[in-house]
Amino acid sequence: MDSCLSSSESMLKHYKTSYLTVSFCLTQLCVCVSTSTHVLTEDVVYREVTADNRLFSRRLLMKTNRLPRWAESFFPGGMSRSVYIIEDSIVDPVNRSLTTYTWNLNHTTLMSVEERCVFKDSAEQPATTQLKREAWISSSIYGFSKPIQEFGLARFKSNQVKAMKGLEYALSNLQGETPQRLLRDTVKDASEKAKEAAKTLASAAAVPQKPQQYV
Amino acid sequence: MVTISLLQMNSVGEACTDLKREYDQCFNRWFAEKFLKGDRSGDPCTETFRRYQRCVQKAIKEKDIPVDGVEFMGPNKDKPES
Repeated sequence: MDSCLSSSESMLKHYKTSYLTVSFCLTQLCVCVSTSTHVLTEDVVYREVTADNRLFSRRLLMKTNRLPRWAESFFPGGMSRSVYIIEDSIVDPVNRSLTTYTWNLNHTTLMSVEERCVFKDSAEQPATTQLKREAWISSSIYGFSKPIQEFGLARFKSNQVKAMKGLEYALSNLQGETPQRLLRDTVKDASEKAKEAAKTLASAAAVPQKPQQYV
Repeated sequence: MVTISLLQMNSVGEACTDLKREYDQCFNRWFAEKFLKGDRSGDPCTETFRRYQRCVQKAIKEKDIPVDGVEFMGPNKDKPES
């Protein structure tokens, strides 16, 4: 069996995009986006302010590896419980955007996850911030790429829920309200404002984006 | 203006955590009070960053963590804007 051919057959890249409209003002808040509960260590390994006043940072994160039993059995020698992840980020205070790009350094044969997040002012809903989150998940284990990718995608979705809960928690701490009420109320406010805006605008936005739409 | 750190994190180098937190504190203050407001006056954290980096880069080398070798935002270059 040609190893080159088999690895390209099984290297399927799954690409998912999700949009979420979160009601907070970018000028009032800059949140640490890596709010996963399984991160054990976090280090800045590079940082630079560019000539055009953008902040470039590289962070090294270490998480525990939470593999399900069936996946562990494919690594009889055992595998390192630590997953190392790099997160590169660009904060642009002038254009009011935050972009993060994250990928894992090890365990890439099993599963490689790359993620890009872009926080920007929302064009459709003024005074809110839009998060666009994309993930590319692939596995090069021949014959098992599909179940691994399904697992990866399922975990991506559940992590997204957790990350959003983390974000809600951070927002509620800032504004002194309970998490659920904050996000629900602000989502309601945002959609009411959007309705009003749509009535007065000559043409509605082309892309329909519902609040809290998860893929 | 507030910057939030949800958790007090540790460094990958066990001996570096105190230096890391000292740097983080300096950075967070500068970030919220100067950087986000467009104030370009000097960075007050260079010394504390240097101390922290000396420690953590050594730990990274000792643990054989393959941090170098990928360009900043490197893999992102292959990904189209969607």
